Amino acid sequence: MQRIGVFVCWCGSNIAGTVDVQAVSDALAKEPGVVFSTNYQYMCSQAGQDMIKNAIKEHNLTGVVVCSCSPRMHEATFRKTATSAGINPYMVEIANIREQCSWIHKDMAEGTEKAIVLGRTAIAKVHLNAPLVPGESPVTKRALVIGGGIAGIQTALDIADAGFEVDIVEKKPTIGGKMAQLDKTFPTLDCAACILTPKMVDVAQHEKIRIFSYSEVEHVAGFVGNFDVTIKKKARFVKEDVCTGCGLCTEKCPQKKVPNEFNLGMDNRRAIYIPFAQAVPKVATIDADYCTMLKTGKCGVCSKVCTAKAIDYTQKDEFIEEKYGAIVVATGFNPISMDKFDEFAYSQSKDVITSLEFERLMNAAGPTAGKLVRPSDGVHPHKIVFVQCVGSRCASCAEKGKEYCSKICCMYTAKHAMLTRDKYPDTDVTVFYIDVRTPGKQFDEFYRRAVEEYGVHYIKGMVGKVSPEGNKLIVQGSDLIANKQLKIEADLVVLAAAIEPDKSARPLATMLTASMDTNDFFTEAHPKLRPVESPTAGIFLSGACQGPKDIPETVSQAGAAAAKVIGLLSKDKLTGNPCVAHSDEMMCNGCSSCEKVCPYGAITYQDKEFRGPNRTTLIRRVAQVNEAVCQGCGCCTVACPSGAMDLKGFASKQIMAEVDAICK
Amino acid sequence: MQKITRETLIEKAKSLLADGTVTRVLGWKKGDFSYDVTPAIFTSVEQMQNDFVYSEFSGANFSKYLIKETKKEDGKVLVFLKPCDTYSFNQLLTEHRFDREKVYAVGIPCEGMLDENKIKKAVGDGILSVCCDGDAVKVETLYDGVKQLNKGDVLSERCLNCKSKKHVAYDELLGEDGEVIDSNRFDEVEKLEKMTADERFAFWQNELSRCIRCNACRDVCPACTCEKCVFDNPNSGVENKSPANSFEEKMFHIIRAFHVAGRCTDCGECSRVCPQQIPLHLLNRKFIKDINAFYGDYQAGAEVGSRAPLVNYTKEDLEPSEAVNREDK
Repeated sequence: MQRIGVFVCWCGSNIAGTVDVQAVSDALAKEPGVVFSTNYQYMCSQAGQDMIKNAIKEHNLTGVVVCSCSPRMHEATFRKTATSAGINPYMVEIANIREQCSWIHKDMAEGTEKAIVLGRTAIAKVHLNAPLVPGESPVTKRALVIGGGIAGIQTALDIADAGFEVDIVEKKPTIGGKMAQLDKTFPTLDCAACILTPKMVDVAQHEKIRIFSYSEVEHVAGFVGNFDVTIKKKARFVKEDVCTGCGLCTEKCPQKKVPNEFNLGMDNRRAIYIPFAQAVPKVATIDADYCTMLKTGKCGVCSKVCTAKAIDYTQKDEFIEEKYGAIVVATGFNPISMDKFDEFAYSQSKDVITSLEFERLMNAAGPTAGKLVRPSDGVHPHKIVFVQCVGSRCASCAEKGKEYCSKICCMYTAKHAMLTRDKYPDTDVTVFYIDVRTPGKQFDEFYRRAVEEYGVHYIKGMVGKVSPEGNKLIVQGSDLIANKQLKIEADLVVLAAAIEPDKSARPLATMLTASMDTNDFFTEAHPKLRPVESPTAGIFLSGACQGPKDIPETVSQAGAAAAKVIGLLSKDKLTGNPCVAHSDEMMCNGCSSCEKVCPYGAITYQDKEFRGPNRTTLIRRVAQVNEAVCQGCGCCTVACPSGAMDLKGFASKQIMAEVDAICK
Repeated sequence: MQKITRETLIEKAKSLLADGTVTRVLGWKKGDFSYDVTPAIFTSVEQMQNDFVYSEFSGANFSKYLIKETKKEDGKVLVFLKPCDTYSFNQLLTEHRFDREKVYAVGIPCEGMLDENKIKKAVGDGILSVCCDGDAVKVETLYDGVKQLNKGDVLSERCLNCKSKKHVAYDELLGEDGEVIDSNRFDEVEKLEKMTADERFAFWQNELSRCIRCNACRDVCPACTCEKCVFDNPNSGVENKSPANSFEEKMFHIIRAFHVAGRCTDCGECSRVCPQQIPLHLLNRKFIKDINAFYGDYQAGAEVGSRAPLVNYTKEDLEPSEAVNREDK
C-alpha cells in the first residue's frame, strides 16, 4: 500500500475562486492510502514546495498527488521537489484542477465536486505507480542545418563558433536563400548583399562548417543525439574541388535561353551557370534539363574552355551518410503562386509583378542592372500601384490563398514605395492595404516616413481587378475611408504575394517525424515557452519554416535555435524519458503490428530463446523497444493484439484505474 | 481436367513422403460420422489410406495448425490448402507466426463445403452417409432411407458467399486455379445495418445469449494466435472462463472482433465450429466492410507483408470525424 500525500493548491484565486479547496483536501484525505492532505495558497512557491518536502519526510510518503495547474506548467517542478525529498520523481501525479476544472466552471459546488473526482483519479493512479529511472544515450557532437538561407547561415555560424561541427545542406547551387535576392532591407535600408555576403564567406571559411550545396536530405533515422542522415549530393557535372569559379564557361555556353530563376525568370542564363557573383560555393553547375551535351551528347563547349578541367559530364548523384546529434530545420519560404489570382492580371501582363520580382528590378545585380523599368517595354513607369495582402489573410478564400498574415509585406511594401520615391521622385506611388501592420522596433516610424516624407499614397481598401488596356494597367479598387470606387491608370502593378513554407518542408517533416500545422509551417514544442524546438526531441526550428518572419526576427530565432543546439551538443550523455513502451516478451507474438504503427521506428524484432516445457528451448520472435528512440506516444500499446505492449508510467492498468475512479 | 479426389491427394502425399520432401501430412481424418471430420497429422501412407478424408466436410482450415507444427524440429509438413485457407496462410506469414521454410503447401480446389446442420434440418437424425454428385446431394438415413437434396440448399454459409476460388499461396497446385469472386458476402451485414439500434441489439442479444463460452471460435480462429490470450490472462482484467453475466457474453465476442479487426480474412471458421450456431462471422464482416469503406478495399492475407489499413498511415486516411458523421453507417 502506498502512503500518499495530497497537496491542493489555491493558485491564488485561480483555483480557490471556483473550487472549495478545503473541502477538496478534506474529501481526499478520506481516500484509501492517503495519509496526509492539505491545501496552500501557492504550492509551486518555495514555501509550498517545502511543505511537500516536509510532509514526505514526516509521514514517510511514497507517493504525492498535487492538485494544481496543468502538468505542462509544474509537473517538472513538483517532480524535482519530490526527488530532493528522496522519493522517485515518477511517484508524483498532478490532478489538473485549474485548466480542466476551476477555469471552466462558474459554480463552486460543481467545481469542487469535479476537483475531488480529479484528485481521486490521480490517487488511483499513484497507487499503481512504480519508480522509473530514465536511461542514457551518447550524443554525436555534430549538427545538421537543413537550408542555407540567412536562418541556416546564422544558426550554423553560432553553433560552429561554440566549437561544434556543423553541416549545411542547401538544395540550390549556392547558399544565401531569399535574402540574397533582396535589394535593400527594412527598416535601415542597408543593402541585403552587403550584410549577407560577408556571412556567407564566413560560413565558407569556417573550419567547423561544411557546406553541401546542390544537395538534399534523403533519409533520416535515429533519435536525439544520434541521428543517421543520408544526404543526396545531386550531380552538378562540375568537380566542386577543381572549379575556380572563373565563370568563363557561363559566358561561352551556347545554350542561352534558360530562364534565370535567381531573377525569377525575368532574364535568361546559360545551361551552365553560377547563380550570382557572390555565390558560395562559387562553383558552376550544369542544368541537366537544358545542357545540350547531356541531352544529345553533342557540344562540350564548357569542357573545352575550362582551364581547370573541372567539367565532368559523367558525374552521378552521390549519397553521403553522416551522424548528427541535432538537426535544425531552416527550409524557409516562397511567395505563393499567382495562378489563382487572375483578377490581378498577373498572367496577362508582364507589368504586373510580385514584390520579389520588384526586388530584382531594383537590384543593381538584377536583370535591369537596378534601373526601374517596365518589364514589357523597358520604359520607366510613372505610376506604380502596390497591392498588399494578395493571398494573405484570405479567410473567405482559403482555397486560393492563406488565412494567415504573411507579416513581412507591410514593411517591404513601405520600403519599395519609399525607395521608388527616393530614386524616382517623378513616379507616383499608391499602396492599397487592408491594415498596415508595423509592430517592431523602428517599424512604424519607417512606415510613417514613407507616408509623410516620401508622399506615398496609402489607400485603405482592396483592389478588385487589374485589366491591361493598351500599355496601361487599369486598377479598380475601393477607398473605404472616402467610401468610393477608384479607377487608377498605372504603368506597373506590384503584388505583395503571401508567403508559404517551401514545398520541401512537408516531406522533410515526415522524414523527421516533426509535426506541422495545416499551413505546413513546423510546429513548436510550445508556442510561447519553447518556440525554437520541435516537439520531436533533437529537431530545432530556425526562420520562416516555423512561421512568417522578417530578417531581424529570423536572425534572432536562428541564434536561439543555435543556443538550444549548443546546449544539447555540450552534453556527453542524454537522459531519456522513462515513460516509454516496453514489451512483455512472454506475451509478445512477434506479429509486427507495433512496429508498423510506431512513428519513430523505435521497435525492432529479435529471435530470442525461451525455455519451453520439458527442458526444451523455444526460439520466438519478440519486439524490442529502443528506449532512447521511443517517445512514449502509446500507439503500439493500442495496436498490440495480445496486450504485450504497455507504457511505463501510463500502463493500461493505471489508465483503467483512473477511469474507474472517475466512474465510481 | 483431372478430377482431384481423395486418392489424388494420397498419391501426392505418398510421393512427397517417399522422396523426403515432407515428414508428415496435415490432413482431415474421419470421425464417427461422415460429416464429422477433424484435422490430424499423418506420418505414413498407411495411416492416410485408413483414415484420411477429402470430402464436402473437409472444411477445417489448417493454417493455424502450422504455428505448432513448424516449431517441431522434424522436417517439413505437407499441408493441403483450399483457396480460402490460403488467405489465412498468408496473413499468418505476414504476422511472422510460422516458419514458411518448414511447410510444403499443396493447393487443392474446393467446390464448396456442406453444412451438416442444414442437412440435419432437412432430413432429420440418423444420417449414415452423404454423397455429393454435382448439384445433387444424396443422403442415406437410418430411419428414412435415401433422400435427395439440392447442394445449394445445404452449402455452408461461407461457401454460398465464397469470396475466392483463387489460391494466393502454395508450393504446388493440384487442379486448376479459379478466380477471386465478387461475392454478396456483405448483404447480411447490410441487413443488420438497416435495423434500428434496438432491433440490432435484440438480434445480437438473441444470438449471443446462446453462447456457452466454450472458446471454440477463439481456438479455431487463425487470427487468434496470441501467445497468451487476453481472456486467459489474469492481468488483462477481462479474463474469465464462463459467461458470468449477460454483459460479459456479449463483450467476449465484441472484444474478439476488435482484436481480429483488419487481420480477419473472413475464413468463416468461427461460425463453422460454433456448437450454438451463432453467426459470429457477421461481426467480423461488419469490420471488413467498414475498413473497405473507410480505407478502400482491402483483403487481409491477399498477399504476404501487405500493410493493413489499421496499422498503416497514409495521407488519404479519413479523419475520425468523417467516420462518425458519414451517412451510410
